[in-house]
Amino acid sequence: MSKIKVNDELQEVTLPLTVTGLIQLNNVLQPDMVSVQLNGEFVERGEFDATELKEGDEVDFLYFMGGGC
Amino acid sequence: MIRIPKHIIDGIIAQGKAELPNEACGLLTGNGDTVAKQYPLTNVDHSPEHFAFDPREQFQVLKSARADGQKIIANYHSHPETPARPSEEDKRLAFDPNITYLILSLAAEEPVIKAFVVKDGDMVPEEIEVI
Repeated sequence: MSKIKVNDELQEVTLPLTVTGLIQLNNVLQPDMVSVQLNGEFVERGEFDATELKEGDEVDFLYFMGGGC
Repeated sequence: MIRIPKHIIDGIIAQGKAELPNEACGLLTGNGDTVAKQYPLTNVDHSPEHFAFDPREQFQVLKSARADGQKIIANYHSHPETPARPSEEDKRLAFDPNITYLILSLAAEEPVIKAFVVKDGDMVPEEIEVI
């Protein structure tokens, strides 16, 4: 098992693992509506499948926020 | 329930009025159910009828909150001319089940703020305690 930090909390995961895989592991309800930063850098949505995580990575998810009246 | 200091309620109202005729928006950070800090954000839609956050600003708030030992516990936006209730678009775009959604209405002379949370795919009212 490898340790990565997800939204500031340590998680043990099995590598290899992509950003898409991590999103699935974390049961994100609307994966198309999250922004992701990996070690402080934005990951483009089109790169989620190809971006491999490594030991010690720090990943943050944030939901898109918007609306109307 | 969400507990919000009076000065932050006043800050949200002041921002909402300052950004008229457009919708204003932002994030609130704190611990547990108690808000400690307001972060006004840019409405990248620049619209009287819509709002959207800039994800880069969202991440900046996330990092600032962590540095303070806090979490993002609520977001807010204003309705310049409609009541403080979630619109269909608000409901459709409410994805985060872990935060409170505040809506400020400036439709009447007296501003109204109400809180909602996402539950079973809907937005349901939550009590606000002003502290």
